[in-house]
Amino acid sequence: MSAVLQAPVVPKTRSMKRDRRRALFWSYFFLIVFVIFFLTPPIYMFITSLKSSAEVGAVTNPWWVYHPTLENYKALIFSEDYQTFFLNSAMVSVIVVIVTMLISIPAAFALARMKFWGSATLAMGVFLTYLIPETLLFIPLFKIFAWVNETFDIQLINHWWVCAIIYPTLTVPFCTWIMIGYFASIPKELDEAALIDGAGYFQMLVKIFIPVALPGIIAATIFAFTVSWADFLYPLAFTTSADQMLLPTGIYSTLIKGDVYAWGQIMTACLLGALPPLLIYAFLMDYYIAGLTAGATKG
Amino acid sequence: MRRHGGLRRFARRKSTIAFLMALPLITLIAALVVYPTLYAIYLSMLNKSLERFVGFSNFSFLFTRETFWMVVKQSCIFAISAVIFKALIGFCVAHFVHNVPAKGQRKWRGMLLIPWVIPPAMSTLGWFWLLDPSYSAFNWLFVRLGIPSVSWLGDPNWARFSVILVNVWYGAPFFLIMYLAALKSVPEQLYEAAAIDGANWWQKIWYVTLPMMRNIISITVLFSLIVTFANFDIVRILTSGGPIDRTHVFATWAFLVGINGGDIALGAAVSLFMFPILAVAAYFILRDISRRGNEA
Repeated sequence: MSAVLQAPVVPKTRSMKRDRRRALFWSYFFLIVFVIFFLTPPIYMFITSLKSSAEVGAVTNPWWVYHPTLENYKALIFSEDYQTFFLNSAMVSVIVVIVTMLISIPAAFALARMKFWGSATLAMGVFLTYLIPETLLFIPLFKIFAWVNETFDIQLINHWWVCAIIYPTLTVPFCTWIMIGYFASIPKELDEAALIDGAGYFQMLVKIFIPVALPGIIAATIFAFTVSWADFLYPLAFTTSADQMLLPTGIYSTLIKGDVYAWGQIMTACLLGALPPLLIYAFLMDYYIAGLTAGATKG
Repeated sequence: MRRHGGLRRFARRKSTIAFLMALPLITLIAALVVYPTLYAIYLSMLNKSLERFVGFSNFSFLFTRETFWMVVKQSCIFAISAVIFKALIGFCVAHFVHNVPAKGQRKWRGMLLIPWVIPPAMSTLGWFWLLDPSYSAFNWLFVRLGIPSVSWLGDPNWARFSVILVNVWYGAPFFLIMYLAALKSVPEQLYEAAAIDGANWWQKIWYVTLPMMRNIISITVLFSLIVTFANFDIVRILTSGGPIDRTHVFATWAFLVGINGGDIALGAAVSLFMFPILAVAAYFILRDISRRGNEA
């Protein structure tokens, strides 16, 4: 394909090496520019988190800390509200990860390996569900929850665990989709061998597919965790009292009081709240990225 | 004959097991995605107290509201310009990362993906503080450089710019990662062949890189368009739709009308306007998949 370039073929005598070095210089230059752009907010959040509220309000250089203090961190770590938000978020995320895996691994196995009536349509349906945004679902869900309360006398609204029920709608389609990709890449000979050895489908899944596709499962787990840790719309719509809130809404609704902004504390709360996904990212970067890219390249 | 029957039973059993394995997925999607979507359509046709069927009058009411048309316009401006910049920045930065020696690439990539990793609600609060009306750290720099300070979130046009800026900041790393993965999969020989033919770097990008990456570019743009169009967090936290409703997108306005304002029916009607773009996206994806299926 490249043999038919329309470019005029003029042999050039310029030094390739110098060209190369210039390209390298500009690459580094722009990389530094973009790293500054991408890292300015988190770094500024960190700077602010080290300031006392007096220094936050002072008319000094905002980009510098003159009297660094850890009082914001101390205040938040010992704040009962913040502990509650953190714990609620942690419980929701763990439940969602488990539920997501329990739903999407068997489903992906069935869709990737065991054809049944409508399986192709279902696989497509899973993919299309991924396109229906939460911003379209929260209003009908709000009404459905009210109906559940009237009919079964179960109050779903304003309980932290309601998020554990609805977050799987955000995680399961994508996780199923990437698991289908991973399972489909496992050679068919393996399951034939297992069938000959007398293994059932369940054994085949547990003993062959899950171990072999473990990198994919880790990637999907990370995805499910980060999505449920970060979601903002559902907890904002469905929880109202402080003891039922998750981290993102807790910070947003309780720390920001009218116009009196405790910015040092808010920034600290955000940084501490971002820590779990950041740590996962730091230690499992390759799985994290595999999960991101698998969705599209295997689609 | 007996063996044949056994086989058939076996096949039937296999499909039963498969169906049971997929059943939780089907239940989840049916109960919490498909049903609410259909229910939203029904809700949008009721009156405010949800007692009377009013047909399309919620929609025709929306068409008469000036705010609604502003939201339509702003949603389109927001989504299209944010996606264009995310894709451009992602494409360029992916090239820069790809250019540097392989040893250092991991480090650069690691730093550049951080905006995507921080939960958007929390990083947007950081941006909010950076753009604060009286304490903006950018304005502090501007004043030192002799540039007049900017009312980032107070002036309608600057507020529009700010929500797009934050969205681009958050989303560009995703494009970067996708494009970097795609760049790595372009065979080196193609570039060598192009170099022998005397192609300059621009021609290499135009005739080699872009055609090879066409699929991944279209799918990331499509997905990002959907997600950006339906964005909620950034606009809600940064401006809450203000000043005077100038930065509302469908999601934030639907939340304001439906949950905060208590008009569930009208809120559902607003959020349903996100549907056309979803339908278009679904059409393209289905077409793409069936075409790829035919090629295989």
